Amino acid sequence: MNYETSPLAIVLFFSFVAFVLGLSFYLARRTTSSAGYYAAGGNIHWFTNGIAFAGDYLSAASFLGICGMIATAGFDGWMYAIGYLAGWMVALFLVAEPMKRLGKYTFTDALDSKFNSKGIQLMAAISTLVVSVFYLIPQMVGAGVLVKPLLGMPHWVGVSIVGIVVTIIVATAGMASTTYVQFFKGALLLIVSTIVVGAVLTRGLTTEPKGFDDNSKPLQTIAANVAADGSLQAGELTAPAGWQEGEFGKAGLVKLSGNGEESVWSFAANTDGSYTLDEALFVVTQPDGTKLYNGGSKDDAKFFPVGNLKEITIDGQQVAQTGALGPFAYLSAVKDSTVILWGKKYVLAGDTKYEVFYQKPTPGARVLRPGLKFKVDNATGTEKFNFISLMLALFCGTAALPHILIRYYTVPSQAAARKSTIVAIAAIGFFYVLTLFLGVGAMTNGVINLTDNNMSAPLLALSFGVILFAVISSLAFATVLGTVSGLIVAASGAVAHDLMDNFLGLHMSDAGKVKAGKIAAIVVGCIAIYLGIVFEGMNVSFLVGWAFAVAASANLPAILMLLFWKKTTAKGVAASITVGLTSALGLILISPDMWVRYGLLPGDAPVQFNSPAAISIPLSFIALIIVSLMTQKDAISSEATEAA
Amino acid sequence: MGHGPAVKLGKDNAQGYKTTLGIWMFIAYTIVYAGFVVINAVKPTLMEKIIFGQTVAIVYGFGLLAFALILAVVYNQLCNAAEARMNK
Repeated sequence: MNYETSPLAIVLFFSFVAFVLGLSFYLARRTTSSAGYYAAGGNIHWFTNGIAFAGDYLSAASFLGICGMIATAGFDGWMYAIGYLAGWMVALFLVAEPMKRLGKYTFTDALDSKFNSKGIQLMAAISTLVVSVFYLIPQMVGAGVLVKPLLGMPHWVGVSIVGIVVTIIVATAGMASTTYVQFFKGALLLIVSTIVVGAVLTRGLTTEPKGFDDNSKPLQTIAANVAADGSLQAGELTAPAGWQEGEFGKAGLVKLSGNGEESVWSFAANTDGSYTLDEALFVVTQPDGTKLYNGGSKDDAKFFPVGNLKEITIDGQQVAQTGALGPFAYLSAVKDSTVILWGKKYVLAGDTKYEVFYQKPTPGARVLRPGLKFKVDNATGTEKFNFISLMLALFCGTAALPHILIRYYTVPSQAAARKSTIVAIAAIGFFYVLTLFLGVGAMTNGVINLTDNNMSAPLLALSFGVILFAVISSLAFATVLGTVSGLIVAASGAVAHDLMDNFLGLHMSDAGKVKAGKIAAIVVGCIAIYLGIVFEGMNVSFLVGWAFAVAASANLPAILMLLFWKKTTAKGVAASITVGLTSALGLILISPDMWVRYGLLPGDAPVQFNSPAAISIPLSFIALIIVSLMTQKDAISSEATEAA
Repeated sequence: MGHGPAVKLGKDNAQGYKTTLGIWMFIAYTIVYAGFVVINAVKPTLMEKIIFGQTVAIVYGFGLLAFALILAVVYNQLCNAAEARMNK
């Protein structure tokens, strides 16, 4: 599938970047102290901070990833949204006010507030860096993915633009400019997404969506018969004798030739010995590495966007289109209809690899309940464990993300910290309702690019015209921009404040702390650019899931136990972070998903689940409890020494 | 060291009340969220049943989002009242 570069999108994008840089330079003149750099002076209004929270949180994964997942896997994609929002309740009820009360610039401050422990300073700083880098990589990769349709430039250019702009933002004004960038971006994202959802509901549902691509065409279903020589005949298209015994046949597919072209179809046998063939889309990787899309190059645009309803049922009657619908009527109509979803199979024919996308007609009610991505139906114990573990990571991860936690230091009071969290919950919750309609809208409007579903929301906007596409693409880019800024502030704070100033005891002056933070921001920015280029093609949601699991395992047990268990000691906190971080990372590295990346069979992986949270979070709690109980005497004698 | 808040905070006598309230509300939300996860893991077909014209999954999902917002607003109101009462 090929995109045409939009001049309007380019103008909008560069206008936004220019605005952001101008704002940064303006705010930089007011950022002279470390409190100004790391915490925006602690005087951001709670409403502004709440929307900025939403801006921080609605990252590439939340906006692009969830919409894309809903578009291809239905309700399972929305499960991520439910888990992400639930995590904010942990932040509101347990973490918001204590974090504000105990910390100054970084979340390490809060963990270390009672102890002044080198162990906590070191481990919390390492944890902050690890989680931030895990979160940075998908953002940068997302920037590269977006820049192709938006600016018509290669992946590395997109990553470099984001990296350079963000590093300038952070290195000039720190948390103040980051906050205002996130505020504008978060607010605009909510407004524009509401407009797109309004357009989706007004358009309603149709079995033959127009989509946005002139090359889009209705998918064909044809009848075929087996000839006397054993070949399959479908009009002028044929498959040779023995087609059912070949690699395609074993996969339930057939490759047909005719008119000088080849095509791939999924087949179903009829009782009379004939076959029904459904058109499939395919990508061929040839032995020399070149790829063909439906038999042509990308520029030939033979690989068209998909996504439609097979049948629409309204009040028991089948209709071809519905007209405008209200939000609940829209979901109800989808529920009663049949949706064409897409499966994927790999076929190796000689040295040539075929990636085949085939039609899967699915009842709407099945689409609007879990099970298409997560294995919950007839699941094994391990599959159930994996699902529960993922939902636990999403629930516990939010309140442990360093770039979210530092935002509590930008407001003037505990009440403001609480109120800004509630604004964030309202804004993010509303946005996640919108994502359901954006995802289902993409699913049914003929705009899904099967080779990259991350682009579903921008391409849905494109089906309503290039202006909406330009605006939403620029916002998606700004989403990456803003989230990366927050992450780099968190990471630079960990290096300059936690490691250099506290752990190494360099005791820098206030101006020195700001300078160290800015240098650290530039270094982390360069690392982010490098990793964004290296990890091109890696799944965005996959990496964000890791970040949540690692954050929840390394940070949350320490935060909660410090707040709610009086026997917690410094060594217990350091042990908890160490065990949580290493066990989560270790389990990820030996998981089936990683085994595939090593080029090995997933079934041979030492553990058979991908989400480690259900093991690593309890381990982190246990480590803290055991070590704290073992070091009670140390803690008491340390307190006595301080008192003396 | 650099510990403590970046801005000066006043004394908050309502802190204990807010902590206790937060824990109870956290437990309430966790139970509802856990119910959603457990149903999916143990009896996922229940999520396909229809109530109020939608699948249980959609109703429960919207319910979780709405419940979160309602609890958050109630929590804030109770905290505001406690702060006004106890920090006179």
